[in-house]
Amino acid sequence: MTMVSCRGLSAAYNGTVVLDGVDLSVEDGEWVVVVGPNGSGKTSLIRALSGSLPAEGEVTIGDRLLGDMRRRDIAAQVAVVPQTPVIPEGMTVSDYVMLGRTPYIPYWGTEGPADVARVAEVLGSLDLLPFANRPITSLSGGERQRAVLGRALSQDASVLLLDEPTTALDLGHQQQVLELVHQLRDRHRLAVISTLHDLTFAAAYGDRLIVLVEGRVVASGKPAEVLEPKLIEEYFGATVEVLQGPDGPVVLPVRRRPLRPV
Amino acid sequence: MTAVGVVLLGAALASLVLGPAGVDPWGAIRETLDHLPFVSIDSGLSEQDAAIVWQLRVPRMTLAGLVGATLAGAGGAYQGVFRNPLADPYLLGVAAGAGLGATIAIVSALPTASIAPFAFVGGLMAVASAYALALLGGARRTGATLILSGVAVAAFFTAIQTYVQQQNADTIRQVFSWILGRLGTAGWGEVRLLLPYALGTWLVLLAHRRHLDVMSVGEEEAATLGIDPARVRVTVVITATLGTSAAVAVSGLIGFVGIIVPHIVRLVVGPSHRRLLPLSLAGGAAFLMLADLVARTVRSGGELPIGVVTAFVGAPFFAFILAASSDTRR
Repeated sequence: MTMVSCRGLSAAYNGTVVLDGVDLSVEDGEWVVVVGPNGSGKTSLIRALSGSLPAEGEVTIGDRLLGDMRRRDIAAQVAVVPQTPVIPEGMTVSDYVMLGRTPYIPYWGTEGPADVARVAEVLGSLDLLPFANRPITSLSGGERQRAVLGRALSQDASVLLLDEPTTALDLGHQQQVLELVHQLRDRHRLAVISTLHDLTFAAAYGDRLIVLVEGRVVASGKPAEVLEPKLIEEYFGATVEVLQGPDGPVVLPVRRRPLRPV
Repeated sequence: MTAVGVVLLGAALASLVLGPAGVDPWGAIRETLDHLPFVSIDSGLSEQDAAIVWQLRVPRMTLAGLVGATLAGAGGAYQGVFRNPLADPYLLGVAAGAGLGATIAIVSALPTASIAPFAFVGGLMAVASAYALALLGGARRTGATLILSGVAVAAFFTAIQTYVQQQNADTIRQVFSWILGRLGTAGWGEVRLLLPYALGTWLVLLAHRRHLDVMSVGEEEAATLGIDPARVRVTVVITATLGTSAAVAVSGLIGFVGIIVPHIVRLVVGPSHRRLLPLSLAGGAAFLMLADLVARTVRSGGELPIGVVTAFVGAPFFAFILAASSDTRR
């Protein structure tokens, strides 16, 4: 079932076109990775799909048009993990994860036992219980990113949008975060759209890749179909070899060798 | 929670029984209880002492509590909504506008009773100007534009106020004593004037305590969590401003309560507004009652302006917060 889709999505930011007629459709339980060079519109696509960036064209969440939905209805369907989340000074991890319950708490009300229980469950499933009462600012980068994912998870949304979820993490923590998203996607049948810089990770975790260049989709399909050295040379300006690894294509940057000895 | 309740009760009791008139403390307590509904006790005080307690001390204590709670609550809310620890209730020009209104009333030799309404209207006009200016600068997107507009408007209103005051140098003493803040003339009339605004402000701010927690992740993320940041900001700012204007109108400019009280509370219970706001209300009430107690008892034969007392404690504390917060950023 299609959980999120867009047709002819276009947007401009400060007079520059950042999205130019993007079509995309993601099923439940599917993970689509958006790749592209810096400034290609990846973040804008994430923001437009969550209603943060005003855009032309149609975005459909479930069976409703994004434009017809109230903010809290969107938040109950779409959870967003921004590239650099704002980490409030001194807020405890459990208070932070509780923020994800906002769409379910009435405007004049406060959280109920169901919300508290859900937060405890989320903290448990992400191994965050030992940190529950610690200020989130005291956590390491990897733990912090788990807390941010916890906030998104407690939204009980069916669509998860992740903008560079592994920025500023070391290799091991990058892998842990992506494995965690993979498990959550399987367990909750989430439709996941993420941007990723690392093409090898993109190939290993994405069911499908789309390549965004200057706001346009220039290629899409299974990782092995998309990740051709020629395409990477053309759009990323990188010289690479693509090898076959255990989890799909491995993109290996190689030094540019002069054609003739100098 | 309990600790703040005890402090508040202690502050109220101290304000009730201590004072330069030397009224019998137990008599003062009995006299106050006697005025509660369904309670009838003979206080044993002389008629004059009874009047000191019920016509002077109790309304003054009540007003100190209302003003302190409103300023501290408004300060905590402003700091949350602008995500700026140094925001205070006078941020958007309320003080400058109220000062101008009061100065105009004083120099025009209008009856004393008209000072409060003039100050109230002046405060609201200043904030409305700041808002209008900010809208021209695109403030729906960020709170920073609003703060800057407040600075500009405050400077402008202060300039006019200084000019008016300088042109009417004979009233300078009276204007000055208003600006330094005073509860000395407080009676039940002022309490009645402020009470509805204070209660309304507290209720709306408390109802938004969870939204302010959501806003602490920034406006774009708050929107993806399902709230409308612009709406929360406008509601909270207008409410806090209305309460502040009403408080200023009856008490003059009492500085620093809106900064130091929320910061003390934040240091003790952490930044969550679900605890911060209710405790700031109670703490602000206790703080101002005690400050007023100091103001009226520390010097025999005269009162210190309460603004002097709060600033005397507030300024060093403010410096401390500045130093501490720049430490944690590094």
